[in-house]
Amino acid sequence: MEKETYILEKVTSSDYKYGFTTDVEMDLAPKGLSEDTIRMISKKKNEPEVLLEWRLKAYKLWLNMKEPKWPNVQYPPIDYQDIIYYAAPKKKNVLNSLDDLDPEIKRTYEKLGIPLVEQMMLAGVAVDAVMDSVSVATTYKEKLGELGIIFCSMSEAVENHKDLVMKYIGSVVPQSDNFFAALNSAVFTDGSFVYIPKGVRCPMELSTYFRINAENTGQFERTLIVADEGSYVSYLEGCTAPMRDENQLHAAVVELIAMKGAEIKYSTVQNWYPGDKEGKGGIYNFVTKRGICAGDNSKISWTQVETGSAITWKYPSVILKGDNSIGEFYSVALTNNYQQADTGTKMMHLGKNTKSRIVSKGISAGKSQNSYRGLVQVSKRADNARNFSQCDSLLMGDRCGAHTFPYFEIKNKNAHVEHEATTSKIGEDIMFYCNQRGISAEDAVALIVNGYAKEVLNQLPMEFAVEAQKLLAISLEGSVG
Amino acid sequence: MENNLKENKTGIDLTKKLINEFQSYQSKLNGDASGNLNKLRMDAMSVFEKTGFPVKKMEEWKYTNLSPVMNHDFKFSSDLSDSDITQADIDKYIFSAGSVNLLVFINGIFSSELSSVISNNESIFIGSISEGMTSHKEIFDKHYSKYADYNNRSLAALNTAFFPEGAFIYLKKNTELNTPVHILNISDTKVNSVFSQPRNLVVIEEGSKIFIAEDYYSAGDNSSFTNMVTEFYCGKNSHTEHYKIQNEDERSFHVGMTQVHQEQDSHFSNTTISWGGSIIRNDLNSVFDGTNTESHFFGLYLLSGKQHVDNHTLADHKMPNCFSNELYKGIIGDNATGVFNGKIMVREDAQKTNAYQSNGNILLSDDATIYSKPQLEIFADDVKCSHGATSGQLNEDEMFYIKSRGIGDKDAKSLLLKAFVSDVLDSIKIEEFKVNIEEKMEMKLKNILK
Repeated sequence: MEKETYILEKVTSSDYKYGFTTDVEMDLAPKGLSEDTIRMISKKKNEPEVLLEWRLKAYKLWLNMKEPKWPNVQYPPIDYQDIIYYAAPKKKNVLNSLDDLDPEIKRTYEKLGIPLVEQMMLAGVAVDAVMDSVSVATTYKEKLGELGIIFCSMSEAVENHKDLVMKYIGSVVPQSDNFFAALNSAVFTDGSFVYIPKGVRCPMELSTYFRINAENTGQFERTLIVADEGSYVSYLEGCTAPMRDENQLHAAVVELIAMKGAEIKYSTVQNWYPGDKEGKGGIYNFVTKRGICAGDNSKISWTQVETGSAITWKYPSVILKGDNSIGEFYSVALTNNYQQADTGTKMMHLGKNTKSRIVSKGISAGKSQNSYRGLVQVSKRADNARNFSQCDSLLMGDRCGAHTFPYFEIKNKNAHVEHEATTSKIGEDIMFYCNQRGISAEDAVALIVNGYAKEVLNQLPMEFAVEAQKLLAISLEGSVG
Repeated sequence: MENNLKENKTGIDLTKKLINEFQSYQSKLNGDASGNLNKLRMDAMSVFEKTGFPVKKMEEWKYTNLSPVMNHDFKFSSDLSDSDITQADIDKYIFSAGSVNLLVFINGIFSSELSSVISNNESIFIGSISEGMTSHKEIFDKHYSKYADYNNRSLAALNTAFFPEGAFIYLKKNTELNTPVHILNISDTKVNSVFSQPRNLVVIEEGSKIFIAEDYYSAGDNSSFTNMVTEFYCGKNSHTEHYKIQNEDERSFHVGMTQVHQEQDSHFSNTTISWGGSIIRNDLNSVFDGTNTESHFFGLYLLSGKQHVDNHTLADHKMPNCFSNELYKGIIGDNATGVFNGKIMVREDAQKTNAYQSNGNILLSDDATIYSKPQLEIFADDVKCSHGATSGQLNEDEMFYIKSRGIGDKDAKSLLLKAFVSDVLDSIKIEEFKVNIEEKMEMKLKNILK
């Protein structure tokens, strides 16, 4: 037991490996939020009047909203007037190739182990790298352009594809959806926009690495992916952030729209700064992610590996509106030290013969709290809806918590809904088996956890799966239960 | 006072009526007003006055709306004249005449004429709580209102404020009582709509064993509202089997809380069956305050018409090495709604806990609804906990198999449904009582499948 405790401490005490700040000159807005801040953001980004109005409407809604208190997380009150809502790297040049990229930023990515160049060359991944709020490099755009695929930063999209953006923005997550979505709608600075035209299968994984830089700036991205009839796209989102003492607020909104027969696969690896061992610092990750299977036979699949952030509060959801549409949610959430996670999904079955599948694997270590909260809703006309949910929790250490709050609201007799959840620690017999074969306790834990999370990791695209496995191992070094 | 009664069309403010009733009740207490018990009542009433009836905004009441209850002009037990319910009336409710300890409560008031207790001796007391609180004062003072905390539960507070009506059962150390206790509650609604608040206290000391069947009926054409609280103290190594059956008619409302306190090595089993009543809410909470305790919760809801049944359970594991198992099944037809909210709480030091929970539902009509919310809250690592929830309809293949052997559609359905709930019914260990329940189930199934 003592040895286990020791290893656990060792594993759980491994430091955040991606903590550093980049010295890039920043263009900062003054602290605080008011109509003027929003006008300023809008002006800086050369936005059309209609979007400014949209933002202001969101701001007015936000003023009358209350911060939600129902998640199973605790944090000191956030002072929304103490946040800088706009920060952009100053030297913004039009880039033709990667060579034009600010060498400082380039080094940051290299330190992070993101092989931007390598990915371009070998993996064929187009990277829309976001440094704080403004996109600095967009690659492979021309190749995608040939197919009619639009993959650009939100600000570019607003300039060049105004009608498309205005048509779909807020259609899945309206401004009034919740407190943080309203805040995001008012002040979002950038993000990604993807449009896949009819019948096109996107030939490569689209990927954006988000970075939070500049002290005291909350990052409010807005991502919008529209897959037109019969198209397919796989989108990767990965995050790392420098070490910082003050909590940073991150309230992103992601909207996915899948038309008739379209498929969207959205994968996330989230490894933002989780705070130190005493629970000081760390990112607050309050994200609204939702997709709609608008047309028949469409499919949306969310996969997430959550290891970072002091507090994670997100529920990637799917509205299954089209008949025969499919929603999937695969999640691994790992919390350590004083991290808190309240995450899960919502599957709203509206169409006939809709199917959803939820696989959630929680791992809690240290003094962390890990909650799954999910809703499966079957409406009256969703005949033959089918849902399967599985939520497992793995506990390491006797001071952490694992909680499961599933909700089922079934209003159709033909619906077939199943849910199962288990909570346990790593069995002593399994550990013994590994040890006996000369596998150290630490390696055995990594092995078992990877096996435990395999079902989810398998859903990730190749490039991400490797990174995710590494992340789990780093986050767990020494955690033996 | 903040509650949603303002929209009430009939202009009846039940909360206000209850407060007035409490004041007149207080004024009738002669000399008793300064006692500890009365302090408790006053305190409980202040809690109720502050919070009022629960509303849907509260997470615990998310799916259950009590406002339809508020439209009725209920009479309290103090306003009611003697009921004319006779022995002949209650015969049909008794499952085993002569061989049980029968306690009869009409509108929450103990009827000594209709009750018959055969087992009482120096180590057993079965009777009304108003009698028991004087004859067994020490036991009463030690246990009464020690388990059912009313601070965040306004309905339990209301019940505590209007004490005393109800049953008191006490088994001294090492007493094995194999003759079951039957607590029969009847709401006599022939003349008035009635409001009753039974409050039962069951104290089972170390090494003792008991079987208790608690059931509820209504007789008459008016509506009834029952707000009951039962407290159980299960001593070391004791064994308790408890069944609660709700047989009221479609004009009845029932809210109830069963609070169980379990000592080391004790065994507690509850079966809750709901097929009567309009709006029903049951809270069943067990606190494990000793190691190696074992708890079983079984439940069945069989709903038709516009019935609404909400079952909330909590297995609170405070100590290591405890076991809890929960199985709730529901068959929901017509426009009925079922709610299941089961929670397993494993506290920090409750290592080696095994806790299981399962909720299965079959929806029989297009307008039936089920809200299921099985929850796990776990703060210890060396545990095995699981829960499962399902919702579906009868299996077509199975239906086809039975029908192909010449069995009609309704009978086939009835067969499959009976098989579906059989594991819940098997938890009832009093044979005559089980037979009685199976007969009732047959009738209810016919009603649902009509």
